[in-house]
Amino acid sequence: MLEIKNLSFQVENGDDKQKEILDNINLSISSGSFVAITGPNGSGKSTLAKMIMGIEKPTEGQIFFNGEDITEKSIHQRAKAGIGFAFQQPVHFKGMKVIDLLSLAAGHKLDVEEACSYLSQVGLCAINYIFRELDNSLSGGEMKRIEIAMLAARDVNLYIFDEPEAGIDLWSFQNLIQVFKNLLTKTNGIIIVISHQERILEIADRIIVLEEGKIAKDGNSGEVLPHLMFGVEDCHFYGRRVNF
Amino acid sequence: MKTELKQILQQVSGIDGIPNGAYSFRINGISELHNNSENTEIVKKSDKPGIDVVVKPNTKGELVHIPTLIDHSGLNDLVYNDFFIGENSEIHIIAGCGIHNDGMHATQHSGIHTFYIGKNAKVKYEEKHYGQGQGTGNRIISPKTIIHLAEGSSLEIDSAQIDGVDYTKRLTEATIGDNASLTTKEVILTTANQTAYTDFRIELDGKNSSCSIVSRSVAKGESKQFFYSVINGNNQCQGHSACDAIIMDYATVKAVPDVTANHVDAQLIHEAAIGKIAGEQITKLMSLGLNYEEAEAEIVAAFLR
Ligand SMILES: Nc1ncnc2c1ncn2[C@@H]1O[C@H](COP(=O)(O)OP(=O)(O)OP(=O)(O)O)[C@@H](O)[C@H]1O
Ligand SMILES: [Mg+2]
Repeated sequence: MLEIKNLSFQVENGDDKQKEILDNINLSISSGSFVAITGPNGSGKSTLAKMIMGIEKPTEGQIFFNGEDITEKSIHQRAKAGIGFAFQQPVHFKGMKVIDLLSLAAGHKLDVEEACSYLSQVGLCAINYIFRELDNSLSGGEMKRIEIAMLAARDVNLYIFDEPEAGIDLWSFQNLIQVFKNLLTKTNGIIIVISHQERILEIADRIIVLEEGKIAKDGNSGEVLPHLMFGVEDCHFYGRRVNF
Repeated sequence: MKTELKQILQQVSGIDGIPNGAYSFRINGISELHNNSENTEIVKKSDKPGIDVVVKPNTKGELVHIPTLIDHSGLNDLVYNDFFIGENSEIHIIAGCGIHNDGMHATQHSGIHTFYIGKNAKVKYEEKHYGQGQGTGNRIISPKTIIHLAEGSSLEIDSAQIDGVDYTKRLTEATIGDNASLTTKEVILTTANQTAYTDFRIELDGKNSSCSIVSRSVAKGESKQFFYSVINGNNQCQGHSACDAIIMDYATVKAVPDVTANHVDAQLIHEAAIGKIAGEQITKLMSLGLNYEEAEAEIVAAFLR
């Protein structure tokens, strides 16, 4: 169970002005659910995810995880408490191999077979990748898939994926949806996926739409999807216009 | 062999005792144990301390161990080792120097290594420097390596100095012939008040010669590191040097690249990057359940691997 109460995040915006990145967010997500968060670029989706992981600290409000107030807890305490996060922009590490990162994620030294199983889930031919360095030689899509495999290797009960589909080709996309479904069955916890992808939104139990740091819509996909269109005029946010 | 010597042998050579094949151990300033193999002869020098390692032409796949081990505090050891590698040979040499200093006197080892690498020969040379011991005496290692690469030959040097060495000044000079190549990868960790200098002077004389000089280092505490590399492209050639350093605490890291093209077809690149550990790297590892110190240690260890 994840509960967010009156969560706000303000930053100084140059000339002493406050910019409201997140504005009084209230959310309650129960275990066993697959939630998609969507909304325009800059609406605060990644910021919200970072708040839950403890990477950013809110200026106001509280976060409860499984009944415990985690607002003041550090990133690593939250990780220990069972929260996992796949970054929108995966981090490069010179010298660190893919199998090293997967081992750190799993919490024990993985053998080649185990490491391969995580990479295969995201459509990477594992043996070509496990001993690669996480440096700039990996392509954007490869880094992204390794980031997903990394989170799948963690044993937590809240999984947050920040735009996992970005840069991923179609074949891998099918695998990706399977990864979410498997994790949900395995942990019976919470899967939160930040996404702009209609096909991910369609399979979600619930869609939360952020706009300018506020929750603009919140409901099941049948309720929310038909109304998803940001801005007006020719803004084809989802690649096609939706009539309503 | 005494326990301390065994420990440092394991650290610098990855072996527990006498290996197979050709070897020469230098223990406390004396060349003690030698063995020749069918194609590799080790000859003690008569005019000065040191050995000649002579590898016959067309030798394939031999491994030669030449560790230097010191546990006499206060010893100042100077040695000249020459390597004559015959044409078309492929050979792997594991050198390395370990100092165990429990005393109050500075212990110093200076190895002067000269490589004459024959046509089309391929050599891999590994050199680890390691210091340990409870004494207040400094552990000093100052190697000088002089390399002559004949046509079509190649030399790959892997050197590592992971802590424990108080002062090091390493000079590597190479002249590289037609179609020959030199690859060096050095890894350095300095802590406390240690100082490490590395200095490369490379002459790319041959047509289609190349070199790649790569340094990865971490400077902690109040340690100081200096990286100099001079690459002169005197023919159609490719030269690359990269110095990549993580700086921590109150350390100092200086990188001085110097590339000179004396030929219109010389292509020379230098990259130098010095910076602290990226915050997002720490954040990432903490989000996997590591605390700050564990995250930092993993990043440093991986960087120096
Ligand atoms: N620490 C910060 N300081 C200043 N501005 C910030 C900070 N963090 C986020 N922002 C701003 O807050 C807004 C929301 O950023 P966020 O990354 O959460 O958006 P997003 O919804 O994830 O967008 P995208 O779809 O592009 O990933 C942006 O305008 C961003 O520039
Ligand atoms: Mg984002």
